[in-house]
Amino acid sequence: MSGPNTDYDPVEVTPLKAEEVEAARDAALAAIAAAADLAELKQVRIDHTGDRSPLALANREIGALPPQARKEAGQRIGQARGAVNQALGQRQAVLEDEHEERMLVEETVDVTLPTDRVATGARHPLTTGAELIADIFVAMGWEVAEGPVIEAEWLNFDALNLGPDHPARTMQDTFWTEPADNHLVLRTHTSPVQARTMLSRKPPIYVVCPGRVFRTDEYDATHSPVFHQVEGLAIDEGITMANLKGTLDHFAAQMFGEGINTRFRPSYFPFTEPSAEVDLVCFVCRGAGVLDGAPCRTCRGEGWIEWGGCGVVNPRVLAACGVDAERYTGFAFGMGIDRTLMFRHGIEDLRELFEGDVRFTTAFGTEL
Amino acid sequence: MKAPVSWIREYVDLPDGVSTEDLTARLTALGLKLEAIEKPADQITGPLVVGRVLTMDPEPQKNGKTINWCTVDVGDANGTGEPQGIVCGAHNFKPGDLIVAVLPGGVLPGNFEISARKTYGHLSAGMICSARELGLGEDHDGIIVLPEGAGEPGDSAFPVLGLDDEVIEFEINPDRAYALSLRGVAREAALAYDAPYRDPAERSVPEPNGAGYPVEIDDPAGCPVFVVRRVTGFDPTAASPDWMVRRITQAGMRPISLAVDVTNYVMLEIGRPIHGYDAAKLQGTIRVRRAHEGERMTTLDGAQRTLSVEDLVVTDDSGIIGLGGVMGGETTEMSATTTDILVEAAHWDATSMFRTGKRHKITSEAGKRNERGVDPVVTQAAADRVVELLTTYGGGTADAGVTVVGTPPRQAPITISYDLPARVTGMEIDAATTVTNLEAVGCVLVKEDSTVTATPPPWRPDLTDPFDLVEEVARIVGYDQVPSVLPREAAGRGLTREQRLRRRIGRTLAGAGCVEVISFPFVGEATFDALGLPADDVRRTTVRLANPLSSEEPSYTTTLLPGLLKAAARNIGRGAPGVALFETGTVAFPVDAGPAPIYGVDWRPSDAELAKLFEALPVQPLHLAVVLAGERERSGWWGEGRAAGWADAIALVRRLGAELGVTVEVAATQLMPWHPGRCAEVRIGEVLLGQAGELHPKVCQELGLPPRSAAVEIDLDQLMRLARDVVPGPEFSTYPVAKEDVALVVEDAVTAAAVEEALREGAGDLLESVRLFDVFTGAQVGEGHKSLAFALRFRAPDRTLTVEETAAARDAAVALAAERTGAVQR
Repeated sequence: MSGPNTDYDPVEVTPLKAEEVEAARDAALAAIAAAADLAELKQVRIDHTGDRSPLALANREIGALPPQARKEAGQRIGQARGAVNQALGQRQAVLEDEHEERMLVEETVDVTLPTDRVATGARHPLTTGAELIADIFVAMGWEVAEGPVIEAEWLNFDALNLGPDHPARTMQDTFWTEPADNHLVLRTHTSPVQARTMLSRKPPIYVVCPGRVFRTDEYDATHSPVFHQVEGLAIDEGITMANLKGTLDHFAAQMFGEGINTRFRPSYFPFTEPSAEVDLVCFVCRGAGVLDGAPCRTCRGEGWIEWGGCGVVNPRVLAACGVDAERYTGFAFGMGIDRTLMFRHGIEDLRELFEGDVRFTTAFGTEL
Repeated sequence: MKAPVSWIREYVDLPDGVSTEDLTARLTALGLKLEAIEKPADQITGPLVVGRVLTMDPEPQKNGKTINWCTVDVGDANGTGEPQGIVCGAHNFKPGDLIVAVLPGGVLPGNFEISARKTYGHLSAGMICSARELGLGEDHDGIIVLPEGAGEPGDSAFPVLGLDDEVIEFEINPDRAYALSLRGVAREAALAYDAPYRDPAERSVPEPNGAGYPVEIDDPAGCPVFVVRRVTGFDPTAASPDWMVRRITQAGMRPISLAVDVTNYVMLEIGRPIHGYDAAKLQGTIRVRRAHEGERMTTLDGAQRTLSVEDLVVTDDSGIIGLGGVMGGETTEMSATTTDILVEAAHWDATSMFRTGKRHKITSEAGKRNERGVDPVVTQAAADRVVELLTTYGGGTADAGVTVVGTPPRQAPITISYDLPARVTGMEIDAATTVTNLEAVGCVLVKEDSTVTATPPPWRPDLTDPFDLVEEVARIVGYDQVPSVLPREAAGRGLTREQRLRRRIGRTLAGAGCVEVISFPFVGEATFDALGLPADDVRRTTVRLANPLSSEEPSYTTTLLPGLLKAAARNIGRGAPGVALFETGTVAFPVDAGPAPIYGVDWRPSDAELAKLFEALPVQPLHLAVVLAGERERSGWWGEGRAAGWADAIALVRRLGAELGVTVEVAATQLMPWHPGRCAEVRIGEVLLGQAGELHPKVCQELGLPPRSAAVEIDLDQLMRLARDVVPGPEFSTYPVAKEDVALVVEDAVTAAAVEEALREGAGDLLESVRLFDVFTGAQVGEGHKSLAFALRFRAPDRTLTVEETAAARDAAVALAAERTGAVQR
């Protein structure tokens, strides 16, 4: 850097002439405005604000001016440089925005490309259906009880008022284990879980028992040797058939929607007396029996769907399970989970539940 | 039970205009469940008329058949009054017979349209009908020949055949055996409409006397009443009257002969099964006793039967002549020449009937009624009705002798308080309603101030308990009157720990891309052979079923893999590029604790007795199995996919462990059906959970699975038992991390886990984590060796580590690995 120049008249120094400074400033501003992209702007920045730019050179000369001239020249050049820097900054921002916009356009992908790199999993609707049912009852303060699938004959039959010569034993085609005099069966219903609950707990008892059960049925679209039931048992003081109706109406509404309730028809089960069959208002035609002018397919035009069996717990069952039948009454009900899901979801063939085809199961996701 | 509406109406005066639909709706509401309504008339469109055969010319055909070219007088039904020409293939008729003809334009069941058509060289203008063609039964032996006087040629055949009558089929529950008769169904119909009822069993019967056929009962408990009547001079060729044939057919039974039809008819009418003997074949006194063990007899179905001491038999001097109440014997069976008939109406112990029927595998209409319980009081009426019908239509005479041995058992009275029905049902049922309804079902009442004692009618042996009476009262009030009231709120404890854990496990696996399946738990030897299980494998010891659906799969499974692998192969077979399936379910292992006891039911077994019962059950742990076959990650625009392998299987178990807060340890093991070099046993501490790894190539091939398919099977009960319930909040340092990578060369046989464990222990407290990030083999590390590269991360809780501290910890780690595993740092 050169030292102060004291020899000449400041007015005579060309770069510091006002018109020269303005020209340099205007040239810079024009170049900035003309810069088409960030690279050009970078070059403009070097040309017009770099060490060798006219304004930088002029600035350097200020120190050489006589003191009386420095102030004016400094102001003039400072203003010119300020204007240039401001323009540079603005142009930089504009060009950066333009650049980013272009980048984003260039990075555009086809978002419709497949993304199924890892397949989707799912839980079985029988599992999630049983959970849905359990949750409806747990929300009412009930509990979920479970038991073994290979069960003692006494618990599956005798304790439930199905004595060895009870005609109802022929109604249930039972798988027996070998040798048959070991008195073990594949449970034909989840009722032995009810018996176990009464044997192990004191009332009040409010339990639902979902689980897998077995009958020696041939396997077809509506029958399976392996299927699933949910049974419920309430034992308390003052329990009535009206409580049974209330509970099943609530269950039906939760499972199938408000307005879907139940009706009872007299029936016979050894473990309940009085006994009833439960029908459900068809949730497709909502009891009309007719849908779009044709008989409803779900209920075959009846307006009702057979749902399960129920009744007041037979005092003989209470006695066998150690419940004081003078003090307590109870109700019990049972229905097929498979069947319930079949009409809830319009599944035509029961076998779809047991084939394990992932296309069937994944349709239901992880919750029902 | 099939009941023609006209027959029901014979005993009950139903209000005018009651439709069959209304009747069945009301009977269903009372507990007689509608199965179906048969309306034969709906299936047939006229003209269906009575015709008289004028001529019939047999014409042999080239195909060996002979057809009859007939002319039939159909009155004016054909519009001309001229005889109708009809070709008929049946031969059971002759000129002059009255028949049923459907004329062109008519439609028979199955939408079978009749038109005049050329056949066998004639224009056949209509068809002479058989019972089956009209949907009136299975009888296709020939055409229907109507009895003389059934109608005039040209009359509509609908009323003649009873086609206008509707038949209701009921599903009768075991407690309503009385409804297995028209007597019972009509009684319920009367109840439904509060209509007048005439009991067909109510008839005056001749007094018992000593002149009848001699009968002795050795076992009054098994056979409390035995009534015998005799008809002589019966014409065995006499035909059953048309109305009787029709009703028997409508009720779903086959007409056979007058003598047999009459016994069946009376059974349908009154509900009491009747047996008829050829009296000429009887020798000496009839005696009822229990059989001797091993005694033999031939029942009238021709079957040789070996009897047990529990079977009730009817004998005469010749030996056994009947399996009492279940089936008659061959030696005294009525035949086409029987002229003397001995009519038996006996009451039998229902339990004995049930056991005998079950033991000899005999199901019959008679057995069905006897084993459920028949009115014991109607034996005389039933026998008398049979005698009446036999003599009316078969021309014989009734013997004056009337044998009645024994007395019908009495129903025990039941006492209830008047408000019991209201208390049990929650319905508004007052004392008056209780009384009215009990009387309506036939109970005889003794009324006290607060209780009523009801003696059930003899046709209701099912009424034994107070709650049975509640049901009777309630069903007449109507179940539609039961109010809907939620029980009081219970203080439940929510789901159990295991129930919540199971949901978590299912969601975790679904989140890892696995799809749950539910398969049948039945397996056989071939199943285990396909898995390559050795002969002594514990999984081959199964709980066997006495009555499996398939003899190929007679056992309850000990492993979930068979069902799961089958499902995987099915998916692959259906074109899935890859499949990940899981199943949770119980498996069963037999125990040798003797038979499960059968206790009484009058009171609760003791805790010790219950414990003995529980011990007799097979061990039934909950298992989880997973199979991974084919693509685990799919190929796509992102690049190549990845096939499932052993590591994916083990990763799933580790992921479950992480989900449940436990560390799963892995060690090499060998177990079929896994690949011997690619199978891990998975443990939590000392507890073995199960196995995971690649399946044996032979198993994949055998079961149609892609090569390198992988599988897991673990005991879920154990995993859930060890799951962490309350996880303490972790503490961690926020000082900078110091990273050190080390590459260690070890012999091939040294496991990564062993090296890692040594590094972990040697590095000391400053070590935050160690992770194997590369395995390298090649010339640089030497034959039989491998290089394992680990990333070590160090961090102190209270300060930034110095380079020297980190290096010292790393060196200590490497030193211990060298000492323990022979590792050499590269």
